[in-house]
Amino acid sequence: MPGTACQGDKTILVAQEIFLRFGGLEALHNLSFSIAPRQITSIIGPNGAGKTTLLNAITGVYPLDSGKIFYRGIPISQMKPFQITALGINRTFQQAQLFANMSVLENVMVGMHAKTKAGFLGGLLHPPGERREEMNIREKGESLLSFLGLWPKGAWRPGHLSIGEQKRLEIARALASEPDLLLLDEPVAGLNIRETEAMGELIIRLKEKSQTIILVEHNMHLVMGISDWLIVLHHGAKIGEGRPEEIQKDKRVIEAYLGT
Amino acid sequence: MGTKNKICLLIYALTIFSLPAILRNNYHLMVLNVAALNILVVIGLSLLLGYAGQISLGHAAFFGLGAYLSAIFTTTYSLPLWPTILMAMVITAMIAYLIGIPTLKLEGHYLVMATLGFNVIIYIILIQFEAVTGGPSGFAGIPRLQVGGWTFDSDFKVYFLVWAISIGALLLSLNLIHSRVGRAMAALSHNEIAARCAGIDTEGYKVKIFVLSAILASLAGSLYAHYITFISPGTFSFFYSIQVVTMVLVGGVGSLWGAVLGAILLTILPEVLHAVKEYNVLIYGFILMVVLVFFPRGLFSGIMEVFAQKKTAAPGDSPEPRFSEKRT
Repeated sequence: MPGTACQGDKTILVAQEIFLRFGGLEALHNLSFSIAPRQITSIIGPNGAGKTTLLNAITGVYPLDSGKIFYRGIPISQMKPFQITALGINRTFQQAQLFANMSVLENVMVGMHAKTKAGFLGGLLHPPGERREEMNIREKGESLLSFLGLWPKGAWRPGHLSIGEQKRLEIARALASEPDLLLLDEPVAGLNIRETEAMGELIIRLKEKSQTIILVEHNMHLVMGISDWLIVLHHGAKIGEGRPEEIQKDKRVIEAYLGT
Repeated sequence: MGTKNKICLLIYALTIFSLPAILRNNYHLMVLNVAALNILVVIGLSLLLGYAGQISLGHAAFFGLGAYLSAIFTTTYSLPLWPTILMAMVITAMIAYLIGIPTLKLEGHYLVMATLGFNVIIYIILIQFEAVTGGPSGFAGIPRLQVGGWTFDSDFKVYFLVWAISIGALLLSLNLIHSRVGRAMAALSHNEIAARCAGIDTEGYKVKIFVLSAILASLAGSLYAHYITFISPGTFSFFYSIQVVTMVLVGGVGSLWGAVLGAILLTILPEVLHAVKEYNVLIYGFILMVVLVFFPRGLFSGIMEVFAQKKTAAPGDSPEPRFSEKRT
């Protein structure tokens, strides 16, 4: 595959020569990479390197100008975000984008949308099948909240949670769709040391549950500590990739990012 | 739907169905019958405005389509009443779908412009196609509502039918907002990008809610035509579209109970204000202004907040409750 460096025999996601422009600004430039399953791949780079733009491109929020992204061999670059979520990719945002008009539990329940079926007719009439599905959604939501330590606050409004809890709630919502590939956008931004450590442990626990993770993060201590593979971006282009210990020695990376 | 909503609905239904025991005046019953029909239109609009975040200024056209389609097919072509009402709903749904598909895909308030234009077109058609619609003189001789051999030939009889349908529509809509679809709608109204990434087809949902609201308006229009037995284009002008949007705003966007309250109040208010003759429009406008200034989130929400503050008032209390309330 031209332009891609494989980190394993199998890949879950492949990007081929992708370009994305905002007017005159080239946010992603000829970017190719692949993501191995059941690993934590971190995307690092200075501010404005295109990390969040890349997550937006993978999840269909921004359409590509050219190039292709494949998820399990399926081209997803022309798909809409909800279709990509249904395929098995979900994400969190740099600043938690929770639904303030719902309870904490409902925020998780809405995350199961892609995995459930009840439509308008079911919603209007509440037949037994819909009620059963609704009960399952609620039970699963409660169990996800327990897993993330948020269960006692299920009836709260998200606005009353701490920043750390909001970030965990967003992860719970993303996990609710049972994604094979989870994209985390700066999950420890704004967290204190204790919360950062807890988040790191949570990410490792998710990996142990066979979750493939793409992590965008500025906290180098966390990134170097938990990542299996790193991709380094600078001005929208890839300037290096490899294992954390290799990246730490890479001259171009040190020049562009770590050394500054 | 939570227990609280079920109890509220039961009390609401009992109150509504016991009112005719007190109100034997046909005029009062007629005003309430029109309120029940307005509630049908406003519930649909409330779903569209509160959950899809879209404003339609064309619901008078859907109301009119329901009325005229039903009137023409039952009167001119002698088609059976209820299948015709159903057919009018299907045709209106298809038209709403065709308008909704291109406009709801766009960002911004394109739907407002499209529906406004649509309302004007329908209004002109109703006036110009005189041979079919009766033109400005209106369309008379529409058969009365019937179920089996029972004819609803008085305001008293119609009261029970239209209110049963109106309460039924409210029950189904409350069911809807407390379901998977309701959560999706609430999500898309709050944060469309997050909703899309949560797996929700936001464009599809917007179109479906728009179609559903048009169907409810069509049903209300058909019932109106067969109740009054005479219709004219003036009833379905752009002003009715503004009136029903105002009902939603006064009652409270995002609350079906608010929509019901807004529809009842703003149907009754102009009738009450007839007493003050030439000042009625002035006072009507002043009341609307006061409500929107002091209760910007609508009357229902304002009343609920007053109750909540009385219940939990304590120094340092957060203005926003910590616990999430069920959607109403």
